[in-house]
Amino acid sequence: MTGDKFKMVREGLWDNNVIFVQNLALCPLLAVTGSATNGLGMGLATTAVLIASNALVSGTRRLVPGEIRIPVFVLLIASVVTLVDMVMNAWLHEMYKVLGLFIPLIVTNCAILGRAESFAFRQPVRSSLLDGLMMGLGFTFGLVLLGAVREAVGAGTLFANARLLLGEGFRGLEMTLIEPYRGFLIMALPPGGFLVLGFLIAGKRIVDRRLAVRPAVEAAVAERA
Amino acid sequence: MKGSRPVMTSEAALGRSPGKGFLLQVSARVAAALGAFWRKAPELRHRLDYQAGLLAGFALLTTLLLGLGDLATRHAIEARLDEDMTSSLRQVLPSEVYDNDPLRDTVTIPDTLGDTGQAETRIHIARKAGRVSAVAFKTIAPDGYAGPITLIVGIDRNGTLLGVRVVAHTETPGLGDKIELGKSNWILSFAGKSRDKPGAARFKVKKDGGDFDQFAGATITPRKVVKAVWNALGFFERHQAEWLGAGEVAHGSGRPAGAVE
Repeated sequence: MTGDKFKMVREGLWDNNVIFVQNLALCPLLAVTGSATNGLGMGLATTAVLIASNALVSGTRRLVPGEIRIPVFVLLIASVVTLVDMVMNAWLHEMYKVLGLFIPLIVTNCAILGRAESFAFRQPVRSSLLDGLMMGLGFTFGLVLLGAVREAVGAGTLFANARLLLGEGFRGLEMTLIEPYRGFLIMALPPGGFLVLGFLIAGKRIVDRRLAVRPAVEAAVAERA
Repeated sequence: MKGSRPVMTSEAALGRSPGKGFLLQVSARVAAALGAFWRKAPELRHRLDYQAGLLAGFALLTTLLLGLGDLATRHAIEARLDEDMTSSLRQVLPSEVYDNDPLRDTVTIPDTLGDTGQAETRIHIARKAGRVSAVAFKTIAPDGYAGPITLIVGIDRNGTLLGVRVVAHTETPGLGDKIELGKSNWILSFAGKSRDKPGAARFKVKKDGGDFDQFAGATITPRKVVKAVWNALGFFERHQAEWLGAGEVAHGSGRPAGAVE
């Protein structure tokens, strides 16, 4: 059981990462990752939606026949997204002003429907909650990483405006890396998102290959000895 | 159904004294019905009427959920929007020109000429000792480079701009977004200008022979903002009488309310 859980954590964060492996949800990805803070906000909002929609889909799967599962998923996901939208507008208003346009678009994030279909509809509530959390965190990790690279190269800052999302206490997180910096416009625009995403996916492949080679080499060395 | 009896009796009781007992009984029965439904669901799930009913049930439940969410957040959202508007108003109306609450002191003016980009423009009125000293309203430049640009303008009673700020836009980061105060001081150059000063010919960006700077690499954005502000001033002039007259306290100066100085 613990092995299963560890595997789910690993799947969500790395092995089956929504962005780097499943290549899903590229629309919000490219649109909001102009800065690390926006990536974090979008990632957390999506995580909240994923956890809630996974739980609802899993909790009602006994009632829902396969024939009408998709409309039911869509209803549940759309409602959860609308609730998150209203809650953010009410209580995270500064962040909402930045991300507002993209929050309703979480509905169209295929990763959420994908997890409902391929995981939550077949698994108990607790596993679905964990899966939603881990897939969401993996997504958030990808968004923040992409946002951080684009922000650092594009504007020379890191986590600018983090206090709007996390509160005044996190002002220390805001960094100016290069000053004065004239900016590198293409990084702030969608093409920059594609470029950075390409490099990050390539980077992940390299890391994976190294990780796969090392045990093999060690095994070979052990055999010779 | 035999089970329906307790409800009948409690309904009768309700007529006399609505109590908690009734609600408890109803919720217990609803819970029992849901439990039975939950147990029987696997046998029923292939029936068409079950599927239709289930979809309807889900639609009903999610609607209920959204209604509750709306109730819970509506008040807070309105308060946030008011805060946004108040802070915008503070930026374009200097605090010394008013002692009322311009957020609540409004008139709405329908105008189909489209000078403010809206069918109805809500005018926020600033008064000092009851006398209208300035107004502020939102105006939309519908034709920005990447989409509409929403501005708020503050204009004193003589038609001179007190300030202009960008409320919302989707212009290119690094180029067109210099219209934001956070990125550049450009937007401050409107203060003190009016229709007569510098006049129609020079109320343009420099590239078009006017007084306002454009940005390197972005001419369209400032051009459209300048045009929207010019149109807003025209709107102000056309409707001046309507709000300068609104609730104006007579001062006995002999000058008719709403006169253009």
